[in-house]
Amino acid sequence: MSGPTMERAGAAPDRDPAKGASAGSPGPGPQPGSVRLGLGMRIAELAQRQGALVLLIVLCAVASVVFPSFATGANLSSIAVQASFMAVVALGMTFVILGGGIDLSVGSVFALGGVLAAWASQYGFVPALLVPLAVCGFIGLVQGLIIAKGGLAPFIVTLAGLLFARGLLLFITDEGTTTYKVPEGSAFLQLAQGELLGVGYSVWLLVVLFAIGALVLHRTSYGTTVLAIGGQEDAAELMGLPVVRTKVITYLVNGLLAGLGGALIASYTSSGVTVLGVGMELEVISAVVLGGTLLTGGAGTILGTLVGALLLQVIKNVINQVGSLNSNWQAVVSGTILLMVVSIQSYLARSRRG
Amino acid sequence: MTEETTVADDDVSGPGTLRPPGAAPLVQVRGATKSFGGVQALRGVDLTLLPGEIHALVGENGAGKSTLIKVLTGVYAPDGGEFRYGGEPVRFARPADAQRAGISTIYQEVNLVPLLSVARNIYLGREPRTRWGTVDVGAMNRRAAQLVGDLGIDVDVTGELGRLGLGAQQMVALARAVSVESRVVIMDEPTSSLEPAEVETLFGVARNLRRSGTALVFVSHRLDELWQLCDRVTVLRDGHHVHTGPMAELDRVTLVSHMLGKDASEVGAQGVTEFAGKHRHGDAPVLDASGIAVRSRLSDVALQVRPGEVVGLGGLLGSGRSETVKAIYGDLPVESGRVSVAGRNLRAGSVRHALKAGVALLSEDRKAEGIIPDLSVRDNIALAVLPRMARGGIVVESRIDALVETFMTRLKIKAADTGQKVRELSGGNQQKVLIARWLCTEPTVFLLDEPTRGIDVGAKQEVQALIDELAGHGLAVVLISSEMEELVEGADRVVVLHAGRVEAELSGSELSHSRLLTALAGESADPADDGQPAGDDGQPTDGAGQPADGSGPSAGTGQPTAAVRTAAKEEEDGRG
Repeated sequence: MSGPTMERAGAAPDRDPAKGASAGSPGPGPQPGSVRLGLGMRIAELAQRQGALVLLIVLCAVASVVFPSFATGANLSSIAVQASFMAVVALGMTFVILGGGIDLSVGSVFALGGVLAAWASQYGFVPALLVPLAVCGFIGLVQGLIIAKGGLAPFIVTLAGLLFARGLLLFITDEGTTTYKVPEGSAFLQLAQGELLGVGYSVWLLVVLFAIGALVLHRTSYGTTVLAIGGQEDAAELMGLPVVRTKVITYLVNGLLAGLGGALIASYTSSGVTVLGVGMELEVISAVVLGGTLLTGGAGTILGTLVGALLLQVIKNVINQVGSLNSNWQAVVSGTILLMVVSIQSYLARSRRG
Repeated sequence: MTEETTVADDDVSGPGTLRPPGAAPLVQVRGATKSFGGVQALRGVDLTLLPGEIHALVGENGAGKSTLIKVLTGVYAPDGGEFRYGGEPVRFARPADAQRAGISTIYQEVNLVPLLSVARNIYLGREPRTRWGTVDVGAMNRRAAQLVGDLGIDVDVTGELGRLGLGAQQMVALARAVSVESRVVIMDEPTSSLEPAEVETLFGVARNLRRSGTALVFVSHRLDELWQLCDRVTVLRDGHHVHTGPMAELDRVTLVSHMLGKDASEVGAQGVTEFAGKHRHGDAPVLDASGIAVRSRLSDVALQVRPGEVVGLGGLLGSGRSETVKAIYGDLPVESGRVSVAGRNLRAGSVRHALKAGVALLSEDRKAEGIIPDLSVRDNIALAVLPRMARGGIVVESRIDALVETFMTRLKIKAADTGQKVRELSGGNQQKVLIARWLCTEPTVFLLDEPTRGIDVGAKQEVQALIDELAGHGLAVVLISSEMEELVEGADRVVVLHAGRVEAELSGSELSHSRLLTALAGESADPADDGQPAGDDGQPTDGAGQPADGSGPSAGTGQPTAAVRTAAKEEEDGRG
């Protein structure tokens, strides 16, 4: 028990609050006592926290003027539905990143969940939902245990998870040659294709999940513990918070949500598409970070992630509207915005340090 | 790991324990042992805490204070010893267990979460709940505001903790400890980042806790504070229990001699070290530093070193020795001060500039700041001069080989060949590799921060002889050492720091163990010091209120301080 604690205690000098909190050290920076924020920093902070929302609104406004087909009910609804698959995964990833971790396996797990759902749908609605959740949740659980109890780097563990899930997927689809179809008329198809009040079920589900996520983050001790771990893991440990349990739960839930996202896309496409989810982990991480969550953990919001996911989807949609642009431009634009956000974050982190 | 040592319920009082009738000890530790790797950090330590007392825990670097605290609070699992809490044998496997039992700890470095609000930090893990089991943020903020208000801390409890100054953060940590209504509160150097007014507030809170029957452990390097606040004291040295007794029965010099394992009368003749004696040196100082101030660490520190001279820099832990050399080296932001080398002023805060001017710093922590274990001896030595050894960006291998060979021979570095990995060398040889690296830069001023700590006796003597030799070649040397012998025998002059100020400057016949001990304790401001050389006024200590007689130091264990203080490094590591 004491081994990992010791190592961690010694290992991260750069997270040392005595240095990090800066107020103690003189220098060009702020006065002793409490740290006052400069205007530049405040703007940067606003940009980091709410920048995605502002961009989203501006982009939507411009797009509705330029492209008549953008602001139509059908288009908006399609944006929402398509964003929902990735956003569900991003919800889980938000907690992972807030807790100071990372999960690279979600793309593969997502695809695995889709294939499993499509395969299980022949046995009815409940298996189609439960099988991917069980398998993907299990993968998340194992990763969480290895990371939290074994003290291994999340990056490596989930990279292994990525390969494992992708390999498993190829195995059950005969190297990707078998595509499982959801039987026609199956109730499972309603999950992502059905609508309530003109809005897809998956969108409703997404709203409910994000509401729960926000509640959990800000109003439960689990949520606070996640933030504490991401903010200062040694401190969380010394304060006696359940660090291991919290981490395991986070990766477990992330696996579950990735599986759920896969099930949704299987329902949406009526099949288990084996090539889905490649590189999706990066898109998901982008959505989280765009939404204002610190890549180093400890601070962020659930709503921000939703905005980040929507922003990425709207960028995709707008670029599709411009007939002449190749859809790959979406990645270029998203990448540029992501770089800006991360630069602002690191600027802020450095200013805090003084 | 959870094995319980059951011992017959005998007399509970440890060595020197006062036991007021009716006050059963709250915490009893007997014979606690703990080692890290091969290093014994605790070698049988006793500690007894009574309800309603403030207990000082004192010792130099590596004495085992932090380890003892971490063993007590479930951060480390002890190797052995008996632990009783409220009379019952206990072993805390995790910090959470200790906290649940009512032991809370305020660490030296604030161990809170900077990105969370003050209120969240105070109630982390014990948030007030609503009917539905969710966190009642409103109630949490109200209670937190009430709590910090009662403690006299003026902060916005909904604001991010990281925005506060370190002192305020420390007070929040205190608020957290108070809010759990602990029976034991451990404060590991809580005052090191506080302003005087904040220290007063902290003392007030501590005294209130004492009145309510809480047992407090107080660790501080500011010795004055111990007499102001504490009832009893336990002194540790090199992982051993040295002394426990009422604070009022100790004077400063006795306390310091307990800490250092030396008392003035007992110190023997010359010859413990390999230092040959005094050095011939030039007249004009090559290093001239004056008025160095670093916020809450140093004020008005001055230091002059002449070519060929070894100036010792003495002081207890926290006195600002390392900070002084770091400030000279440009590795610490200074508020004010002037450093010149050979008449040229150094740019403050620029290591590059200091290096160029010929200043080299052998840092205290060679593992973290110096050696690259997996590189060869040759590459480790050549690292600092690679840019100079290159022609047009291409490193000239033959020149490096020649240079490395020279130093290997000159410093008697024992390695199979220049290609051997540094991690395979002994501590002493690693240290010599580092010294060689700095010598490659052809320094004129060499700052050595504890160059002999943690290396075996033989290597220690070689390093000492090497320091002599370097001075013989005209290098100006600043030698920081915790070992009084090294300062007395190795240095021509010793500047003693106390609480970030120059306490005394000793040279010639004044440079004796007893004078050094008195100065280290911060008590050198007696008339005898009037005839000091150089312009440094021995700063009077601020109000310890203890007689400076220095008489009757009770016998230490008689163990030579030359004992290798390997545990020091471990403890610092553990501190994180």
